[in-house]
Amino acid sequence: MTKLALISSEFRGPWTLFKKELLRFWRVSFQTVAAPVITALLYLLIFSHVLERHVQVYDGVPYTAFLIPGLIMMSVLQNAFANSSSSLIQSKVMGNLVFVLLTPLTHFQFFMAFLLAAIIRGLVVGLCIYLIAMWFIALPIANPWLIFAFAFFGSALLGTFGIIAGIWADRFDQMAAFQNFIIMPLSFLSGVFYSIHSLPPFWQKVSQLNPFFYMIDGFRYGFFGKGDVSPLISLSIVGTSFLVLAWLTLKMLKSGYKLRA
Amino acid sequence: MKPAIQINGIHKSFGGLHALNGVDLTVEQGEFFALLGPNGAGKSTLINILAGLIKPSTGDISVMGFDVVQQYQQARKLLGVVPQELVFDPFFNVREMLRFQAGYFGCGPENDAWVDEILEGLGLSDKAHTNMRRLSGGMKRRALIAQALAHKPPVIVLDEPTAGVDVELRQMLWEFIKKLNRDGHTIILTTHYLEEAEALCSRVAMMKQGKIVALDSTANLLNKFAGKQLRLILGDVNLPASIQPLLRSQEKGAFTFALHDMVQIEFVLSALREANIKVIDMQLNEADLEDVFLSLVGNQND
Repeated sequence: MTKLALISSEFRGPWTLFKKELLRFWRVSFQTVAAPVITALLYLLIFSHVLERHVQVYDGVPYTAFLIPGLIMMSVLQNAFANSSSSLIQSKVMGNLVFVLLTPLTHFQFFMAFLLAAIIRGLVVGLCIYLIAMWFIALPIANPWLIFAFAFFGSALLGTFGIIAGIWADRFDQMAAFQNFIIMPLSFLSGVFYSIHSLPPFWQKVSQLNPFFYMIDGFRYGFFGKGDVSPLISLSIVGTSFLVLAWLTLKMLKSGYKLRA
Repeated sequence: MKPAIQINGIHKSFGGLHALNGVDLTVEQGEFFALLGPNGAGKSTLINILAGLIKPSTGDISVMGFDVVQQYQQARKLLGVVPQELVFDPFFNVREMLRFQAGYFGCGPENDAWVDEILEGLGLSDKAHTNMRRLSGGMKRRALIAQALAHKPPVIVLDEPTAGVDVELRQMLWEFIKKLNRDGHTIILTTHYLEEAEALCSRVAMMKQGKIVALDSTANLLNKFAGKQLRLILGDVNLPASIQPLLRSQEKGAFTFALHDMVQIEFVLSALREANIKVIDMQLNEADLEDVFLSLVGNQND
């Protein structure tokens, strides 16, 4: 066997798992892509209708325009989390995770396959919302690289968090608790609908402890060229959080925590 | 040639429960091997350690020379394990699942002919494009076995593959597994159906309370532990003292003797003739693995 063929055979395992994870959400894209896009658009319609004339966050930026990047990023994050976490919990409850555990895939390959599929689901949902939102209002793009970097690392961070949740949870209600008591509050209290400068000082400080705040603020900075904090600070916080969680996840997978007795 | 499976001093505890208490076992390549034992004997724990799903407390297992912990990638490539539970992935059809499963092991399109062979051999060809969710229980069981075989492993482990399976499927399944064995695959199976182990397997290990209590060829086990049973209808008589030690049970004029070999039949009959006892009826039963099994593991409390 040539060296190239050997490499491709080594690469085929993780590639197959990644492909299966992609197909898994794509087969039910009505639920995994269309539904979150509709939800985001409903938020957009309602909040922009109610608040458009009352709130202006940045000078010269209409409220609807301010809102859209926040909604896109919130959906990117929630869907990246949902992809890896729901795939793992379903496979665990159904028992079919054993088919993957019996294979020669390494813990790193396992992690990468679930992570990349989660990132792609997040980015696909975000892109769909962006394309539809363009019909409502034209958004400026100050720095496309920042937009991509925050969407990528944000979905990577939440995709990783989803893997942790999927490994940890044994039942669907435990996963729902993760979703309802961690992901939802953090995403709603992150400045999607407002600038944290409009909050009382105490809540500003609290918001600054929320990693979702930096992801949304940095992502929005990519569109308008302004935000509540410097995008480089945000990016380093998001990047560092991702690395810490990825390290933790790899430790969990390597030790076989909750997966191998 | 390295053994297909080499198990050295495996212990496994779950909290205070000692599931395995020092198991040593070697299965050579090409064998058709049975692992028998009552529920809770530790068979599935042993298989799960072999498959890498459970980590041993101490001891080591290798598959064709590759340690299942240290060299797990090589070991798992050589191993196909059929899990006991009827699990499936509801998102995909049978062929997709088999392609995925082979893909995880690094097999590509060149493996498709083998996938077709498995589908054919297990009677799944016309279900290849059916979603896993829509398969009947029996078909799901076949698909489960097909998945374990998808990467053409030289060593195949079946953990109670015929539990709750109808006779027709069981026959078909064993024909297919026998063919795999003839083609050189090593087969290790756990089963509750002792007649299956007797008919198929050349060697048998019996487990009890986390230990192997018997390990031999099927023929030797049958000879050593069970021998033959001679059942005589004699009526209300007093047996001569010389044959009393061979008596196993007695019920309303029917006497059952446990014999080691055929020569002892003549010994029993001549003793009866000398005592002027008339034989009304006679039955000779070959022992089966069930007798061995019961004599070894039957008493759970000892």
